[in-house]
Amino acid sequence: MDTLVARYSRPKYQQNEVFSEQEQQDLADAVPSLSLKFIMPPVAHPSAWLRAATDDRSNPSCPIKIAHGTTTLAFRFQHGIIVATDSRATAGNWIASQTVKKVIEINSDLLGTMAGGAADCQYWLAWLGMQCRLHELRHKRRISVAAASKILANLVYQYKGMGLSMGTMCAGVTKEEGPALYYIDSDGTRLAGNLFCVGSGQTFAYGVLDAEYRYDLSTDEALELGSRSILAATHRDAYSGGFINLYHVRESGWEKHGFTDTNPVFWKTKLEKGEFSNVTSDLAE
Amino acid sequence: MAPHSNGTSPHWSLKSGVHQQGCPELQVLLGITGKDFTLIAASKAAMRGATILKAADDKTRQLNKNTLMAFSGEAGDTVQFAEYIQANAQLYSMRNETDLSPSALANFVRGELASSLRSRKPYNVNLLLGGVDPITDKPSLYWLDYLASLAPVPYAAHGYAQYYCLSILDKHHQPDITLERGMELLNLCADELKRRLPIDFKGLVVKAVTKDGTVEMPFDNDRIVKSA
Repeated sequence: MDTLVARYSRPKYQQNEVFSEQEQQDLADAVPSLSLKFIMPPVAHPSAWLRAATDDRSNPSCPIKIAHGTTTLAFRFQHGIIVATDSRATAGNWIASQTVKKVIEINSDLLGTMAGGAADCQYWLAWLGMQCRLHELRHKRRISVAAASKILANLVYQYKGMGLSMGTMCAGVTKEEGPALYYIDSDGTRLAGNLFCVGSGQTFAYGVLDAEYRYDLSTDEALELGSRSILAATHRDAYSGGFINLYHVRESGWEKHGFTDTNPVFWKTKLEKGEFSNVTSDLAE
Repeated sequence: MAPHSNGTSPHWSLKSGVHQQGCPELQVLLGITGKDFTLIAASKAAMRGATILKAADDKTRQLNKNTLMAFSGEAGDTVQFAEYIQANAQLYSMRNETDLSPSALANFVRGELASSLRSRKPYNVNLLLGGVDPITDKPSLYWLDYLASLAPVPYAAHGYAQYYCLSILDKHHQPDITLERGMELLNLCADELKRRLPIDFKGLVVKAVTKDGTVEMPFDNDRIVKSA
């Protein structure tokens, strides 16, 4: 009798389910990549466990070192958006890589930047790219930067307090919005703005960028200012360095403007423009 | 009451727990050398905890005719140490009828900081010492911290100001700049600090040292800086 009641007391939409509960479970278990199903560590509090295993500030000998230091920047100007980053990945005091791509090409006209946990950024920005494509297929039009950034912000907010670490910027130019730039971090903050620098070298980049930033910069001036700001940060911040990764976003999509070694750029800047006068190039003294 | 001023806790104290000192990192010190001058700037706010006690504080002391020292650090220690150095510099000038050069004074200060560091209660003071050598007329600037580091530098900063201003000076400073250009650079730095530092440091006192002595420079602290 109880089974009979149970059978007919299910809501109507569930009565013509094609798959049994077990079959549904099996289908869900065999999900494709980039899904939201994760295997959790078999402990009572996964987030506390993660923190204990990865927080190298409170425990320098923690077993998992997450890549942290970075300088990334993006700013809006009359001809679109400049996005520039360094390319160093550090794990504690160890330089893990000098050739990291911290600009993530979400699709042909949206860029994301990467600061904080490298894996978190790469995974969730790839996931965001998937959501943007699904939006295009469902609505037959390109997603706005505002909507794309909000998908990401809502996602990271769901995981708040569980150890995600990312500071990212979403940049894109659409017909409706014009050049649009958003800052999103793993606290759940989402801000629209003209100019953001993110990472351990942010203050150094802000210093150079703020001093000469104008909305009516020409494209060449803007590209030069973006790369000079990253150079400033790689010079002063030990956790930034490597190469300058430069992008220009326009309504027609983004354009890459090189992945340039900072070392020759630094010496060229010093010797030809007389900047960095605190660094000596003489052997004597 | 400073937590380490006395081994025993005074029974009349009204405090609960340790008194929070004004964060020394938020005090701004800047220094720039040029062709024939050294500029020194210091923030005007005297902070204690969440309060600004004075908005026209002068965190500089003149050591002799052509040497000036700016200081930041723990409340109490700063002025005490600076005036101790000032008194010794003046005593030397009176006894010998000649002034110590900026480099001599910088090395003297470093020595005092080094012996203080190894005492029971070290001075927690960071300094910029700038001057123009009375004999060679060469400007110089020395960066010192409470760990008794001494570095001669073309431009310098202390506290959080380092993070914002050194990249600006890396880009815009040249060794042979004029005093006017030096003031422009200070304005560039002050604007950035007003834009990005979360607290109001109440503007800067700016002093210029040249071979003719030390003068306070007019500095517009009321200009509104618009953020990008």
